[in-house]
Order: sequence, then structure tokens, then C-alpha cells
Amino acid sequence: MREVAVVGANMLKFGRYPDKDVVRLASEALLGALKDAGIGIKDVEILVSGNLYQSNAMVGQRIMKEIGATGIPVVNVANACATGSTAFREAYYAVASGAYDIAVAVGSEQMGKMGLLGGGGGSDRAYNTEGVMGTGGMPGVFGQAGAEHMRKYGTTQAQIAKIAVKNHEHGVLNPYAQYQKETPLEDVLNARVVSWPNTLFMCCPTGDGAAAAVLMSAEKARQFTSKPVWVAASVLTSDPYAPRNPTMFDINTVTQIAAKEAYAKAGIGPEDLSMIELHDCFATAELLHYENLFLCGEGEAGKLIDERATYNGGKIPVNVSGGLLSKGHPLGATGVANIVEIVWHLRGEAGDRQVKGAKTGLAHVIGLGSACTINVLKK
Amino acid sequence: MAQETATEKKTNPILPFIKIPENYPEEDAYLWGVKCNACGTKFLGERIACGKCGATGNFEEVRYGTEGELYVFAVVHQAMPDVKTPFIAGIIDLDDGVSVRANVYGLDPEKPDHSWFGKRVKMFSEVTGQDRDGNDVVAVKYKVQN
Ligand SMILES: [Zn+2]
Repeated sequence: MREVAVVGANMLKFGRYPDKDVVRLASEALLGALKDAGIGIKDVEILVSGNLYQSNAMVGQRIMKEIGATGIPVVNVANACATGSTAFREAYYAVASGAYDIAVAVGSEQMGKMGLLGGGGGSDRAYNTEGVMGTGGMPGVFGQAGAEHMRKYGTTQAQIAKIAVKNHEHGVLNPYAQYQKETPLEDVLNARVVSWPNTLFMCCPTGDGAAAAVLMSAEKARQFTSKPVWVAASVLTSDPYAPRNPTMFDINTVTQIAAKEAYAKAGIGPEDLSMIELHDCFATAELLHYENLFLCGEGEAGKLIDERATYNGGKIPVNVSGGLLSKGHPLGATGVANIVEIVWHLRGEAGDRQVKGAKTGLAHVIGLGSACTINVLKK
Repeated sequence: MAQETATEKKTNPILPFIKIPENYPEEDAYLWGVKCNACGTKFLGERIACGKCGATGNFEEVRYGTEGELYVFAVVHQAMPDVKTPFIAGIIDLDDGVSVRANVYGLDPEKPDHSWFGKRVKMFSEVTGQDRDGNDVVAVKYKVQN
């Protein structure tokens, strides 16, 4: 495999864009990334588009028609919340394999005010199991996942709430975040319960957004930039057999095996990371991923947030962007945006929220059902 | 077209791994599944291959019992408009070695607590609606034992 660098990175502020369609959002993000890389669409050899809600509607080809249809291969991918990061990985392998020198990954989503409540089911309402036989909705599933940690280790709701306090504090400094508002612990705990143990401020908002990255071979990268960000590992896993899965989705094992593989491939350990952007769709999820990414020992995640180790300036800063809790979570865009955030920090371009001296970063995403992507980037 | 025959009203399970006996409700509904004889793993419902070891065939039918424990739960307060909230969304570990998603009753949803973990529960069934053809639809639920 060849060395691959991220040379262009861009995202739109996540939020609501009712006046634009998803192709327009994706195209704007991609044009910005191409400009950042110093190239045009005619230089691109393959495009990978990540979009979930329009996964059958050729979003990638529509992007090409919007900004310059050159006849290159276009691949549309869908992998739940890991859709964007899976698109990035496909673009990475397109270049790493030697097949292409310049690839782009674009993640986009337009959700409007639709949330992650789930439900649906068949067309006959009588056979919808939501709320009749437990839940398959995201708030319930991630509530149960957090509850499992509470059961095993005595973790409290207040400890989990501290994660929301941290991420919202971080988000205040991120102009790309949908919400830039602090939420003190008391407010988080007193907010209405969405799905215990997660209250409203412990759940990410959804919305619209897009992000894009330009990947190049080492030789090409050196032509176009003096600040290449290298992909040290790009890993994708699916959830292996576990006794309760899928009655209770297992988001832990799928992340643990991805982390082990990513650290081995990158030749580094969690102690070498300058920063992490991980999948905090709910505060309970971030808690679990502290351990799944081996930032602390089993059962110690509560202690890690108690000690403020994951704040910007702490031992291992997590979600200095504000995380999905502040930024929002337009599904297909999320995974690419995490990578864009790390690229900006490694280049020293992250403004007020810059992680000082950032050299390595890890971007993690879970798609429930389940997929896990981990991309490790380094200067 | 032959003459129209009056369609007989049936009782259908909400999910295929719930079996409704012919003499329901005198005899209660129960959970049903298969055991892989190659590796011993139990599943809800039927299968064409084992999700753990990959073995094809050599499955044994299992009728699961009604008792187990509340492994974990969430209390769902926000859901799609036609879902009644709040409800306690449990993961039940059956004594017979499989887990099932289900609503849990007998606890106050406004007062969730660590003490709920591991509570003993027992299954009951209920008609939870009628489908478009007018058939009763049956789901199973769990009630906390003292
Ligand atoms: Zn087996």
C-alpha cells in the first residue's frame, strides 16, 4: 500500500438549509475542499459519495453534474452513521492501492427536523414493535448501552452528564457547530429526559450538512501542499457475534477491534494521540468509547471525565470541535467532518479551539447495526 | 373469481419468534427459537445458518420459558407521535439463554434507579392491536416479580 495524504478539507457549518438541496450542499463542500487542495474537478480521478437518506438516488453522480461531469468512476456508499467515514476509507484505498493518484470523499445529508427516534416498521401499524416490545430507536439503544456501564461499574448519570457539559463548552469555540452554547451540569441534569439516562442536552441534534476531503498519493501531495496530513491507518470493522446482539446492539466490541487494528497499523498507541474526534451521538456513547479506544482501563471512563482529562488542554482532548452534541449529526456528513476537524488541527488552522502542538489525531465513527471506522491522521 | 368467503379472524404474533397456541389465550403465547447443535448457541426464531459458528442445518427447536432478569433498560420519553411514552425499554436475559427486547412493567418510569438492574421478571402476553384485516396482534411483555 502507498502513503496517502489529505491535501484538501472543508465542511459547511451544520444546521438547517431548507433552501438548498443535498446535492448543492455536497457540491459546495467539495468545491471548498478542491480549492483548499489547489486543484479543480478535472484533476479528480475518482469520487466517493456518502449519503444515507438518498442512498438510492445517485448523489455522487448528481454532484458531478453540478460541478463538472468528467466521466470518472463515482461510488455511492451507505453505512448508517459511518457512511461518510466509509466513503473516506474507500477514497483512501483507491489511492493507497495505486489505482488512482487523486480521490475525493464527500459526505452529505439533509435531514431537516427529522430526528433519530426510529419507529417506522412495516406498513401495517399493528406490527410496529416500537414502544410495544422495547425499542430499536437510537435514544433507547444508546440509553441501554449507557445503562450497561452503570450496571457494571456503578457509573452515575451525573458523570455521563459531564460529557455533555464538556462538549458544549468546547462547541462554543467552534464556528462550524450548530449549537455554540454552554450547558452547565445542573442544566444538563434538569433538562427533560429523552431516554434515561440521556437528557435533551445529552443527545445530538440532527440537521443538514456536508463535508469533503481530497486525498492524494505522496508524490502528488508534495506538488500541491507543504502541509500534507498523512493517513496512518484507515480501518473499518463490522460487529462480530456477541450473545445479546442484535437484541441489544454491541457498539463496544466493534470499536475495540477497530481500535486495536488502527493502533497496530499506525504504529502508535492511545498515549501518542494529540486529539480524538469520536462518535458522541449521545453522551453515553462517548463514555463507552473512552474505554473502547483504550484511553483508560475498563470501568474507568467515569473517572476520566471526573478528572477532566478529555477537555482541550487535558491529557487526551476528546471532541474539541464540540462533538456531535454541539456540531450536529447530519449522518452522511459526520464521518468526513470529523476528519476535516483533525486535518485543521494538524495544520494549526483550528482557530480558538486549536489543540496546541497537535501531531496525531484519531477520528472514530459508529454506524449502528453496526459499522465502526477509525481513521488515524498524522503530520 | 369464486364466491367471496368470509375471512376467519386470526390471532397473529407481532414478531415471528412469538408462537400463539391454537387454544390461545387459554394457553399463553411463548417465545420460540432454535439451538445450533454445532456450537450450542440459541437464537430467537428460525435460521438457515448459525450467526456465531456459521454451521448450516442441524438446528433443534427450542420453546423458551417465561422467566428471566432485567439486564439493562432505558426509559424512553421521546418517540414517534403514535408511540405511548414513557415506557421502560428492557433487555431481558431469559433463564433459558437468549435475550429479548421488551417493555417492562411494575416499576415507576419516573424513578429509574440502579436497583432495577437484575430484577427478576416474568413474561405475559397481550393483544396490542388489530391489523388491517382485523386480526388481533399479540406481543409479549415482562412484569417485575417482587
Ligand atoms: Zn453455531
